[in-house]
Amino acid sequence: MAVKVITIGEDILGANEQKARGNQKRLDQNGILAVNIMSSPGAGKTSLLLRTIDRLKPEVRIAVIEGDVASSIDAERINEAGVAVVQINTAGGCHLDANMIGNALNNLPLENTDLLFIENVGNLICPVEFALGEHRRVLISSLPEGDDKPYKYPAMFADADVVLLNKIDLKSYLNFNIDAFQKTVNGMNPDVKIFPVSCQTGEGLESWFSWLESTLKDKKKTTK
Amino acid sequence: MHEYSITESMLSLALEKAGEAKAGKITRINLIMGELSGIVDDSVRFYFDFLSKDTIAAGACLCFEKPATRLRCRDCETVFTPGNHDWACPDCHSAGIEIIAGRECYMESIEVT
Repeated sequence: MAVKVITIGEDILGANEQKARGNQKRLDQNGILAVNIMSSPGAGKTSLLLRTIDRLKPEVRIAVIEGDVASSIDAERINEAGVAVVQINTAGGCHLDANMIGNALNNLPLENTDLLFIENVGNLICPVEFALGEHRRVLISSLPEGDDKPYKYPAMFADADVVLLNKIDLKSYLNFNIDAFQKTVNGMNPDVKIFPVSCQTGEGLESWFSWLESTLKDKKKTTK
Repeated sequence: MHEYSITESMLSLALEKAGEAKAGKITRINLIMGELSGIVDDSVRFYFDFLSKDTIAAGACLCFEKPATRLRCRDCETVFTPGNHDWACPDCHSAGIEIIAGRECYMESIEVT
């Protein structure tokens, strides 16, 4: 039988991207700013969220989607902070996808939310390839991971809107060249904002809060 | 597990296109997956074998083309392949670079009968 070649030229994750656009539309209709938080395991995603909720909560209505391979430890911590939270267990899956987020949105009070944090599964490889419908991507990199991470996971650093360099309180114990790290990340991604912070001591977090507040303000303007 | 969802999406795209063309069987799937996409071919083949069972794609040959990482200097526009720990431009030493190849993850074509 004759073989026929069908030219396709389509992104393999096109279906995910389409769903992500649907999620974003839904978020936009509710005037919600969605921020996808990515990092390796243990870099400080949940600690950052707890600090941020603590600081912004009275004025900003926050909701959280927690992605983990298993357990609801993080969701419980967020829940104790008094914000709406949905836990997604990926049952071994190493990233969140747009479909999971679509389902999670059904369980959140969207009409009473200004800011949605999506805490991705701790992983520096695949979360970057799966759009969720977020408006901004935040990557947390921490000092104990070493300053060579941008070379090892370039896509993650190239696509981030913000890089938080966490655990700077450990600076004197570690051989991490902060200037070289910043130069490399800026080289790969000239528009990125880099904030050195410590979620432990609170150092540097003011710049992150200001960025969030001004991004929220811009979002409100475009919604009106 | 990354490869599992990639393989699922890839198979459903191939089946959709083959269905539109009213094909009886998919014999080959040509994939372009850059070095930086982080996708392991063997792992895709492994998942493909059981995901495609009982579909018209069962037994199809998976062909991977893996473009190498290529960078372009934002200052002098030199195009180069980066070293392990050195992404600076070899000509002007600028750290300002843009990834122009290596992140591809798409289906180029399928062959059907």
